Amino acid sequence: MSRRKARAYIMGAYEHPTRLATDKTIAQLHMESALGALADAGLSLLDVDGFFCGNDMPGIGAFAIVDYLNLKLRHIDVTDTGGSSYMIHVAHAVEAIQAGKCSVALITLGGRPRAEGANTGTMVRPYHHAQPEIPFELPYGNMIVGSYAMCAKRHMYEFGTTSEQLAWVKVAASHHAQHNERALLRDVVTVEEVVNSPLVADPLHRLDCCVITDGGGALIVTSPEVAARLNRPKVGVIGMGETIKGQNGGKVDLSFSAVAKAARTAFEEAAIDRQDIKYVSLYDSFTITVLMQIEDLGFCEKGQGGRFVADGNLISGVGRLPFNTDGGGLCNNHPNNRGGMTKIIEAVRQLRGEAHPAVQVKNCDLALASGIGGWLGARHAGSVVILEREA
Amino acid sequence: MAGETNTEQLDPQTFGNAETATFWNAAKEGRLLIKHCTACDEHHWYPRTHCPHCGSGETEWVESRGEGSIYTFTVLRRNGGQIPCYVTLDEGISIFTNIVDCDPDDLAIGKRVRVRFREERNGTSVPVFVLSEQV
Repeated sequence: MSRRKARAYIMGAYEHPTRLATDKTIAQLHMESALGALADAGLSLLDVDGFFCGNDMPGIGAFAIVDYLNLKLRHIDVTDTGGSSYMIHVAHAVEAIQAGKCSVALITLGGRPRAEGANTGTMVRPYHHAQPEIPFELPYGNMIVGSYAMCAKRHMYEFGTTSEQLAWVKVAASHHAQHNERALLRDVVTVEEVVNSPLVADPLHRLDCCVITDGGGALIVTSPEVAARLNRPKVGVIGMGETIKGQNGGKVDLSFSAVAKAARTAFEEAAIDRQDIKYVSLYDSFTITVLMQIEDLGFCEKGQGGRFVADGNLISGVGRLPFNTDGGGLCNNHPNNRGGMTKIIEAVRQLRGEAHPAVQVKNCDLALASGIGGWLGARHAGSVVILEREA
Repeated sequence: MAGETNTEQLDPQTFGNAETATFWNAAKEGRLLIKHCTACDEHHWYPRTHCPHCGSGETEWVESRGEGSIYTFTVLRRNGGQIPCYVTLDEGISIFTNIVDCDPDDLAIGKRVRVRFREERNGTSVPVFVLSEQV
């Protein structure tokens, strides 16, 4: 196979340092993140001609944030698939750059659910009364955590997956988070501590669930021409995939996620083998989310995810597939309940060789970031980007 | 407490739209209606005017036998012990619902269940399920 040549590059990445933004507005978090990523790339707001965001600013789409940042744009794209939006924004930025619609694309995220006291996983999420499924789901407790828990329960039934295997995902994340001074949770935990933490929604325990944090992040994607004149390592985007999976008209099958299809698209485009991937950032809203992505990305056979993640196989320097070396959403940061952004940022750090030395993967030239946003047991989106470091 | 629901704050129009009024009227009478497509002979859930499997507008309401088995479930420990689940009806479609009036320890994937109707605080009746063996 001949590997695909990148058509655009991630040249700037920035994770906002805050985890509790009591003293900051959402707009400020977007602005500070944008400026951080632009400074990282060696660019300014005046260079931005394309803007990509989700629905995490108050108001309609991009109106408020574009006006607040005072951007002068040739191209805009508001796409929202919850936490997995940011892999899609990267993909759409690459497509827009390739089509000549922009040359410096800015992607921003910001929010403060922790300061506002949100119980993300266990509360009724905002809805519109005209959503067709609402009367058929709201009476029954359609909380986020329950949706993922039902998938975990079914996975255990079909494949024999255990709570101890799921716990290994959190244990691996905690091993990485101990080295991240900004991580919300830095204590290394054991399998026993995870399975003995209180049940939130059977079979998921408290430590199977991600953190709730404020913060933000931003990415800069540029054309090859712009990338060539910047003084930063070039992180090429060589494969992209996205889709939404629903309930299939009632023919429900919870054994796989939307990432299965998104991964096929991305790997076909990148024309690489899975075993060439050195590092993965996997959306970790819950431990089951990671396990199902590993299967659906093809790193093991369907149903073998539990065995794959056990015994430290996801720990950098120990296992075969180092993941979420910043501590991920399970330990480090899950800004505005949207973990896709920080997944891409840590993949960029790994490819640049800028991860913490204790978790930096040697010769990390190929990485993957995968996201699942929404309700895994109902409607959710899967999105995958494959990234390559270029000399 | 178990069975605590979230619908008391619902706008009545949520349960009163033209596309599904027939369903909710039947639910008040204790009947579970599902949609069947006469073009492709498939059932679907949740009910729509057009068949999500083939796109045909030739759909009809049929009464489900109201029996099926548990596809998966969870117990929302932080939300009063409510038990969201998917029940696969014998007609072949899986519906998101609740198991009620049970000891969570008695539940297992594959166990048989049958429909019952629960009146919500807004006056709507919604289908829920109980273990068949205790009926």
